[in-house]
Amino acid sequence: MIAFEAHNLTVSYDKQPVLWDIDFEIPEGKLVGIIGPNGSGKTTLIKAAMGILEADSGFVKIFEKSPDEIRERMGYVPQRQSVDWDFPATVMDITMMGRYRKGKLFGRLSKADREIAVDSLKRVGMYDFRDRQISELSGGQQQRVFIARSLAQQADIYLMDEPFVGIDAASEESILNILREMRSAGKTVIMVHHDLHTALEFFDWVVLLNTRLVAAGSKDEVLTEENLRTAYGGKLNVLSRIADLVKRQEYPLREEDSKE
Amino acid sequence: MGANFTWVMIGCALIGAGASAVGVFSFLRKQALVGDAIAHSLLPGVALAFIIGGEKSIWVLFPGAFIAGWLSILSIEFITKSSKIKPDTAIAIVLTVFFGIGIVMLTHIQQSSYGNQSGLEDFLFGKAAAMLPSDIALFAIVDLVLISSIALTYPYLKLYSFDPEYSRAIGLPVRFIQFTLSSLTVLAVASGIQAVGVVLMSALIITPAAAARFFTSRLSQMIILAMLIGLVSAVGGVYISSLAFKMPTGPWVVMILSILAISAFVFAPSKGMVSRYNKRKEHQLKVRSENLLKLFFKLEEKGESNHFSRTELLNHRKFEGRDLETILKSLLGKRLLARSQDSFSLTEEGREEATRVVRIHRLWELYLNKRMSIAADHVHHDAEAIEHIITPELEQELLKDLGYPELDPHKQEIPGTKNLKP
Amino acid sequence: MNDFWIILEGSLVAVSCGLLGAYLILRKMAMVGDAISHAVLPGIVIAYLVAQSRSSILLLLGAALFGLLSTFLIEILAKKARIQSDASIGITFTWLFAIGVILVSLYSGNADIDQDCVLYGDIAFVPLDTLFLGERDLGPTPIWLQGFNLFLVIAMIRIGYRGFLITSFDPSFSSGLGIKTDTWHYVLMGAVSFTVVLSFNAVGAILVVAFLVVPPATAYLLSNQLQTMMIYTVIFGVLSALIGFYLATWWSASISGAMAVASGILFLGVLVYQKLLRKRKKFLAITN
Repeated sequence: MIAFEAHNLTVSYDKQPVLWDIDFEIPEGKLVGIIGPNGSGKTTLIKAAMGILEADSGFVKIFEKSPDEIRERMGYVPQRQSVDWDFPATVMDITMMGRYRKGKLFGRLSKADREIAVDSLKRVGMYDFRDRQISELSGGQQQRVFIARSLAQQADIYLMDEPFVGIDAASEESILNILREMRSAGKTVIMVHHDLHTALEFFDWVVLLNTRLVAAGSKDEVLTEENLRTAYGGKLNVLSRIADLVKRQEYPLREEDSKE
Repeated sequence: MGANFTWVMIGCALIGAGASAVGVFSFLRKQALVGDAIAHSLLPGVALAFIIGGEKSIWVLFPGAFIAGWLSILSIEFITKSSKIKPDTAIAIVLTVFFGIGIVMLTHIQQSSYGNQSGLEDFLFGKAAAMLPSDIALFAIVDLVLISSIALTYPYLKLYSFDPEYSRAIGLPVRFIQFTLSSLTVLAVASGIQAVGVVLMSALIITPAAAARFFTSRLSQMIILAMLIGLVSAVGGVYISSLAFKMPTGPWVVMILSILAISAFVFAPSKGMVSRYNKRKEHQLKVRSENLLKLFFKLEEKGESNHFSRTELLNHRKFEGRDLETILKSLLGKRLLARSQDSFSLTEEGREEATRVVRIHRLWELYLNKRMSIAADHVHHDAEAIEHIITPELEQELLKDLGYPELDPHKQEIPGTKNLKP
Repeated sequence: MNDFWIILEGSLVAVSCGLLGAYLILRKMAMVGDAISHAVLPGIVIAYLVAQSRSSILLLLGAALFGLLSTFLIEILAKKARIQSDASIGITFTWLFAIGVILVSLYSGNADIDQDCVLYGDIAFVPLDTLFLGERDLGPTPIWLQGFNLFLVIAMIRIGYRGFLITSFDPSFSSGLGIKTDTWHYVLMGAVSFTVVLSFNAVGAILVVAFLVVPPATAYLLSNQLQTMMIYTVIFGVLSALIGFYLATWWSASISGAMAVASGILFLGVLVYQKLLRKRKKFLAITN
């Protein structure tokens, strides 16, 4: 089954297109790395997939449905730096957020919810820290809490934004083990990853981006020297100048989609 | 009243111009709200200076205000540096606690038997009429200090305001620049206590700069324009408030300032909302006109004929309401279309323009296909949008990049590339 | 008895403002709170002019709309006119506040509202406005209103606890769950506006910011969890009101002003205490 599909996806950030006509599919049960140079639209792709950013054109489908219809089956790990870790909350508080549901924000969380959160914390090895305030954790521990929160979501597909950035070796090992466990349980994990060297080791499927899609497929197919040179060999001059032009237009280009 | 009133006006003009000039830097450093904190924090300084000095003369109160203003900046820094409190909260804390201290002192003075205590509350909302000709000298000195400091350190200030990281990296004395800017801000805000009052003085720091930004991106022009806006508002506000008895000056200054600023936001050429709306409309018409020209070109390409009636055009492309009429009118006006009775055809220039649009469309499709490896059946949609914005220079570059190609990914001819080969 | 009513009113204001202010701080919107408190002034003046009284709920609700209006205006300036956010806040609230002050000075003869009241309210008059049920004296009307508002605030926070928590901590994750972060934002802004309007009588438009921000900021320094922060906020709010009242009597000065000062003293005390504690720890670590 196809877990993830991007079709003709164009997404802008601050009016400037950062993803341009992306088209690819990912089968179920893979560990997928989204790879590309800085500013190549990796985070944007994740956010568009979560339905946080709106696409200018094209769409994303998860298990052949739109993200809005299938949120219960999607887990999400935003960038660690995107939140304020001074926030007065404990490790347990954050993990419990994985059990929040859109429709049931007001009702009580059940004992079962709590057990799921506890179990998730145990899996990432953070159970002993459950009552710590989150600012007292190291970067790697904070990241593990974020992973635990997504585990508590009990999803079938997980989207993660740079979970390996700025963490210690122990946390990296622990997260990697969990990812492999998840794969054996048939889950699909798609993550933004910045490090080319480890990509070959971590993933079995790779999406190579540089504003446009360079290649997507099994890692051996994608991580060829030629593809990497295309992706990292700098931006396409004409493309980035047109992106600038689009930004300067200051208004949507596709007001009236032509019918021919 | 006559001569004195002239002096008051001059004083307010000086205050408005000086504060607005400094405000430009607060605005560019995104520290507009620090100005608000400084302004509110002057109150205890004013009250304490009054208690110690025993009179309401601006020459006595000004130093107190200056010290209190500086103290507020230091307090904000102290709070953010020594705790996890974020800057916005620190600003709010300092603002209200200092103001609270000021109110306590002020009410204490009112309850007690200080000589000429009445009128101290004029410093809250401003009372320009209370200004004496001798006070003007102070404002003149303040303005002199402000403007000469800005002029002397201008290159540093400029670089620092636009790129603090870079300034630090190349070894500019960043601490010194920050210190200078903070001192100037406090000085400017403190000078406004008579005309505008401590409660609304921040507007004179923030609003003129924001309005000036709508007209220019050059720092020097922005400063001059902001000064002008500040000056006009201060003088205008004082004049209007003088018409009614017991009316504070500050709110009227802010009122005029806000109206000027909002007019700028709406009507400023190029950056204003109206102008942006018009540009959007223009682009829409351009897109639609170019699409119609393309339609003519494609129908000709198919060899159907070269004269088309409205009904024929409508058969091939949907237009809403009176859109078709507007577009036809505009194209006829530009002599890109010719009309004979009820049918329309491309003129020479029209054919050239249509060729250009179709060429760009197909070039872009080819670019997407070749350079971005997007499948041929996926490129049309994007090209429909991009064909309308590509400039002649970019078109040249596309042509060069792709080697002056003759066929697009759908094996259709890219018209006119031969003529463009150098 | 009058002293009791004043301290109670101060505490009620401090607690309802502080509980909402806690969220403002956590969302880095303290200055939006400042903007709202200034911006409701024209609404309040108009409400007083129309009703010629201070306690028409309907009109107070209308006045609170100005608070929401200001948040919309800030957003329009930021998004449509593309003005940086700090400047949009500054422009919006100075303008609305100026309109309010002009209205006050134009009509100060007609309504029972004046410039002093705008600045620091008149909490001392709270006991005079008594609510009667038939012949029975039920105590001051403002106490009832503020008490009712506090009840609403607490109910809202309890029911929406998880929604406010998650949208404050991690808006991206919330959107990923399909939670409408904008709705939560506007509910909070609406509550802040209404509370600010209700507190205007007692503490005026500017000092109310002290009640919104300072006690929760003090609590923030001490708390590991949101619940604890809320409890500390309540404690510091009540303490500020209590200490402030006696300071004001001692200095013969504005009561609300003194309450703001008291909250500042508490904040500074906690800040310095923590700083010393850290220094001591460092010192011990070095000597060991």
